[in-house]
Amino acid sequence: MSEANANAELKLNVKGRERKIKQGVKVKESWQYRIFQVFNVILMSLICVATLYPFLYLVAQSFSSEAAIIKGQVSIIPVGFNLTTYKSVLTKGDFLGYYKNTILYAVFGTFFSVLFSAMLAYPLSKPNLRLNKFFVPFIIFTMYFGGGMIPNYILMTTLKLRNTVFAFILPGLIGTYYVLLMKSFFASLPHELEEAGEIDGLSKYGVFFRIVLPISKPIVATMVLFYMAGYWSNWFNAFLYLEDRSKWPVAYHLRQIIIGASTSADPGAASQETMQIAANIKSCSMVLMAVPIICVYPFIQKYFVQGMMLGGVKG
Amino acid sequence: MSNNSSENVAEENAKKVNASAWIKDMAKHLKKNWVIYTFLIIPVAYYIVFRYVPMFGNIIAFRKYVAGGNLFGEQWSGFKYFKQFLGDPAFRRAFANTLILNFSYLLVRFPLTLIFALLLNEIKWMPWKKFVQTVSYLPHFISMVIVAGMIKELLSTSGPINAFLVNMGQQAIEFIALPEWFPTIFVASGIWQGLGWGSILYLAAIAGINPELYEAAKVDGATHFQQVIHVTIPCILPTIATLLILDIGGMVGSGGAFEKVFLLYNPMTYETSDIVSTYVYRMGVKSGNYSYATAVGLFEGLLNLILLTVANFSSKKVSGESLW
Repeated sequence: MSEANANAELKLNVKGRERKIKQGVKVKESWQYRIFQVFNVILMSLICVATLYPFLYLVAQSFSSEAAIIKGQVSIIPVGFNLTTYKSVLTKGDFLGYYKNTILYAVFGTFFSVLFSAMLAYPLSKPNLRLNKFFVPFIIFTMYFGGGMIPNYILMTTLKLRNTVFAFILPGLIGTYYVLLMKSFFASLPHELEEAGEIDGLSKYGVFFRIVLPISKPIVATMVLFYMAGYWSNWFNAFLYLEDRSKWPVAYHLRQIIIGASTSADPGAASQETMQIAANIKSCSMVLMAVPIICVYPFIQKYFVQGMMLGGVKG
Repeated sequence: MSNNSSENVAEENAKKVNASAWIKDMAKHLKKNWVIYTFLIIPVAYYIVFRYVPMFGNIIAFRKYVAGGNLFGEQWSGFKYFKQFLGDPAFRRAFANTLILNFSYLLVRFPLTLIFALLLNEIKWMPWKKFVQTVSYLPHFISMVIVAGMIKELLSTSGPINAFLVNMGQQAIEFIALPEWFPTIFVASGIWQGLGWGSILYLAAIAGINPELYEAAKVDGATHFQQVIHVTIPCILPTIATLLILDIGGMVGSGGAFEKVFLLYNPMTYETSDIVSTYVYRMGVKSGNYSYATAVGLFEGLLNLILLTVANFSSKKVSGESLW
């Protein structure tokens, strides 16, 4: 409010001083600017529509009848509304089992990811710890050069971690970029609180778990979201390491559906009806997988943006 | 002469004293701080096993690896695998495709995200601005599997885009099976997914501009457009330069592109869609040519590292901003 007032005052001043010279220009500009604003609103609306259209199409298709889908009649409103495919996805098949796996992996994976990232970032954020001169480059180097796909694959195989939960979680357990974000956050915390904790007889671990982590809620929340989103959407680790279907996360199941449908989309090999069912199963599964993210997204978006900004400030 | 040698001795003594003092100092430092260093045990062990062991595992690019055998290979084979893949047309095609896809995506994305940020910045009504931002960031959070599935649905022969083409009296196109369409699909879906998110750093830079500069420009009679050209753009130029240089530095890497290409490509479109990392996957994991595939991956990784280092150096020179 006060800002707007200040602006108004300033404009008055400006006009008062420069009316004779600039008045013509100002009137012309506001006219052109208004046209630009209208254009901008239209353009932004178009961008929003183009962004949301694929989502709306998927939802509409997932509720539509097979005949309408195959004829290409569906756009953003379901045609021939029915819940057949949803029912079959949710009752028959293993979809819920895959979903349960995803939730388990996301929850446990995120817990250990955040814990170990924070435990790594905390000492690294202390400028008085001399060995940081070694440890900080030690972790940063891995951002720019790594093992690559095959050596990682061989390592997992050699460690006999294939077909275990660890093969899914360990490759991305600690994200170096996230550690650096946490490190800069910890470095900005006031030291007095930690010192007070130590004077009160807390050990270093006590200080970390009882003081540092509780006052670091913003960054911890951001990290939880980053890691959780990563585990939620990861299918590639499952693809490389999990042969056992009962361990698949839903993202990998979805990948199988997408690939399977695309290879059976051979008009000669399959009947029209099975193709239609396959198409509907895809959109239903996609909607079911995306729903939790889209529902919580508007509320958590700002944490992601914060995290991005933190990184942006650094480099 | 004698003077000189005595100086030398003194210097050496000083060095010895320094070294022993350093060791004593370090011992004292460790004694005082060892508890906090114990925080690092598990994470550093993790980095050694899951980051550094695979990094050294790249040695099998120069050694013969036998499945189930030694992690670091059995015997030296020199540059055999490098010679092999450099002579392989499939590798050269994958390498060219990586560059083409990355470069065309950068060429389109870079100006669009900047313009999008500038246009967003012109929205004065906050709820509308928030809404546009929220909507445009959304696709960034959607799993690549869903994005790929969406693309396939939208582009399928019974999908809405083909329905539109048929309505216009055109032939339906099987986009996903045609190599000439792959780069377009790759770039367009990238813009759809990354336009909003890519503008965040620009918006942050714009938000950091001193408002007095705009006021001064207004006093000088600058129009809104002139303010953008003469205030906004010059002020965010360091950000633009940094992002551009670093993007160019990432040109040979296929990290970000891998998932999407892997989910969308098929043997019919390899001609334009196969990139180095998907090639590595097929050669290594699928066909079991571990050493060969590692050599390809290592080649790309090293090239990427060199290019990033150059880019980082140039960024430091140009804008004073750098990754390290």
